[in-house]
Amino acid sequence: MDFDLNEEQRLLKESIDGLLTDSYDFESRKKYMKEKGGWSKTVWLKLAEQGLLGLPFAEADGGFGGGGVETMIVMEALGKALVLEPYLATVVIGGGFLRHAGTDAQKTAHVPAIIDGSKTLAFAQLEKNSRYDLFDVTTTAKKKGDGWVIDGEKFVVLNGENADTLVVTARTKGDRRDKAGIGVFLVPADAKGVSKKGYPTQDGLHAADITFTGVEVGPDAVLGNPEDSLALIERVVDEARIALCAEAVGLMDESLKTTVEYIKTRKQFGVPIGSFQSLQHRASDMFVAAEQARSMSMFATMAGDFENVQERSNAVAAAKVQIGKSLKFVGQQAIQLHGGIGMTMEAKIGHYFKRLTMIENSFGDTDYHQRRVADGGGLI
Amino acid sequence: MDLAFTKEEQAFRQEVRSFLRDNVPPDTRRKLVEGRHLSKDEMVTWWRILNKKGWGVSHWPKQYGGTGWTSVQHYIFNEELQSYPAPQPLAFGVSMVGPVIYTFGNEEQKKQYLPRIANVDDWWCQGFSEPGSGSDLASLKTKAERKGDKWIINGQKTWTTLAQHADMIFCLCRTDPSAKKQMGISFIVFSMKSKGVTVRPIQTIDGGAEVNEVFFDDVEVPIENLIGEENKGWDYAKFLLGNERTGIARVGVSKERLRRIRDLAGKVESGGKPIIQDAAFREKLAACEIELKALELTQLRVVADEGKHGKGKPNPASSVLKIKGSEIQQTTTELLMEVIGPFAAPYDVHGDDGSNEAMDWTAQIAPSYFNNRKVSIYGGSNEIQRNIIAKAVLGL
Repeated sequence: MDFDLNEEQRLLKESIDGLLTDSYDFESRKKYMKEKGGWSKTVWLKLAEQGLLGLPFAEADGGFGGGGVETMIVMEALGKALVLEPYLATVVIGGGFLRHAGTDAQKTAHVPAIIDGSKTLAFAQLEKNSRYDLFDVTTTAKKKGDGWVIDGEKFVVLNGENADTLVVTARTKGDRRDKAGIGVFLVPADAKGVSKKGYPTQDGLHAADITFTGVEVGPDAVLGNPEDSLALIERVVDEARIALCAEAVGLMDESLKTTVEYIKTRKQFGVPIGSFQSLQHRASDMFVAAEQARSMSMFATMAGDFENVQERSNAVAAAKVQIGKSLKFVGQQAIQLHGGIGMTMEAKIGHYFKRLTMIENSFGDTDYHQRRVADGGGLI
Repeated sequence: MDLAFTKEEQAFRQEVRSFLRDNVPPDTRRKLVEGRHLSKDEMVTWWRILNKKGWGVSHWPKQYGGTGWTSVQHYIFNEELQSYPAPQPLAFGVSMVGPVIYTFGNEEQKKQYLPRIANVDDWWCQGFSEPGSGSDLASLKTKAERKGDKWIINGQKTWTTLAQHADMIFCLCRTDPSAKKQMGISFIVFSMKSKGVTVRPIQTIDGGAEVNEVFFDDVEVPIENLIGEENKGWDYAKFLLGNERTGIARVGVSKERLRRIRDLAGKVESGGKPIIQDAAFREKLAACEIELKALELTQLRVVADEGKHGKGKPNPASSVLKIKGSEIQQTTTELLMEVIGPFAAPYDVHGDDGSNEAMDWTAQIAPSYFNNRKVSIYGGSNEIQRNIIAKAVLGL
């Protein structure tokens, strides 16, 4: 039982916090947003330089062999600084598929390029009607010779416009909501038949809707078992959820800090508004919500290594519920306590609120995960 | 970071668990499960079993009978007691006055009081709150005047839990009326059998009377019954209240109650099927379990922190424990009310005499719901807790 970071983890935290303090203030972020794809290649290469893009990969694959705690540290820091760069899509999700299911050849083809920052990935999973069910897949992959032909539509693919490689879920067998018959494919973003419609998202990131029309890929495109990869997808998406929980904790910490600073300085009736008890109590409740979220983010991080899959997914679902409830409260009250200024694009607090809000609706919202916990027999 | 308990800690949990299984009187356990009040005899009997085992005052320093356990072991012990469930040691003696005496008392006082606290030879009660001094405790008016070799005590305390059983009271009394309010208070202990002490029960909305008003009318107390220094009582009171940070969340109690809810919800029918099959109910239950899991983790963070860095500088997360712990306890009693539905209504006039078997498991549920409204009020109301967070943690 230990919730402290070890020496190496402390150094990691200092190094990423330092990097982001230097290169990621709110004004710089606005500039990065205007660069191609909506994020900064320079910052991305700095992350690479510090080894952060190789963090979770095995040393044998050129990485640093970091675990869940290391990813948690990075994601919290990225959240705190409201970072736009596609760490989740590339390192956590794309990297996760490669780590858990990649062949040596696939790893050689992709991992070094992720680590040195020259390539990014995107996860093409969501469909028009699939909502949060990972097994609800209508995009098809049909065998053709040695390879596969992919047809279908994917939506809100984060970093989809920019990515060099798309990780695509597709059905090789069965009907729309069958749990068997789902495969995962590595598809070059410039493959023939891939068409992308990119757009900015509410939280300042970029995503794309992507259509696959007769896209032909070779046998080396398959990650894991093409007919039975739901467990793989669930594992990687659980890791994405865990990472999002940590990012949300970073966002909540910064939201609370910014709000408390604001109510200490903003004066009305001749006194700082933070001297009013109703505002103090609200801020205290925000603190309670953020701490409960931090506890569950740590729990989820450690649950990522649980051997029992049901226990893991129950724990991650529970964490996503707590984070969802906490982020809604902290986010909304941060705006409320800022008053009118909180409604403006100019103030940074609104941008934290928007990112938090989008996290709630990523990979299952609060109700979705609460139902999973309820139907999974509870937590006690 | 590591979530797992060590092998030794797991073995310790088993040891505690089997001790409870072999030693808690079954009727005591049943009454706790059903939310009933225990008699004085039932409680004292159990505490003496615990003390005989050497676990009666587990967190005290070893030289006064403590165990020398790690903070994680204390956590496990408490959790097992709460979730078995078995009565926890009498807080007023073991967690409150005991530590004040061994920290600030003289040798004579330690010798006189500590062993008797451990074996519950004396039942202690707490004389803090007064009718005009609740959250603003330092405004208390009960007076102790020095007259020769005696203190003469006059005034009134209230909300004195289980004073009807008490042999001894530790009391905050004003000894210097001219000093600023926190400065003129002393910590004095005396016998509840003293002449001039009157105990009057307060009937609470659950129908019980576990709290009392206590009146002091020229009560004579030997001068040596002052603990520590005169007019330093407020410091000791703060020490006492800050002493138990992690027990207050009562995670084990809520866990036990949630297990009971799940069990009952599998039996009680709604719409022709067990209520647990109702999705809305199931999700409400899950929501509460998730909140409790988060609280448990928050508590473990505090426990692990204390184990590693000592109790000196409290983890800011510790202030979450009282607020969330009490809210969750209240939610569990609400869920129990929801499970039993219309059978919440009958009032158990017969008590626990077995004359109304049908009501055995339902009769205490509404009272327990009513009674649990107190948990967000006592020990520093949740509003006071929010003041503390705003001031001490957020710097507002």
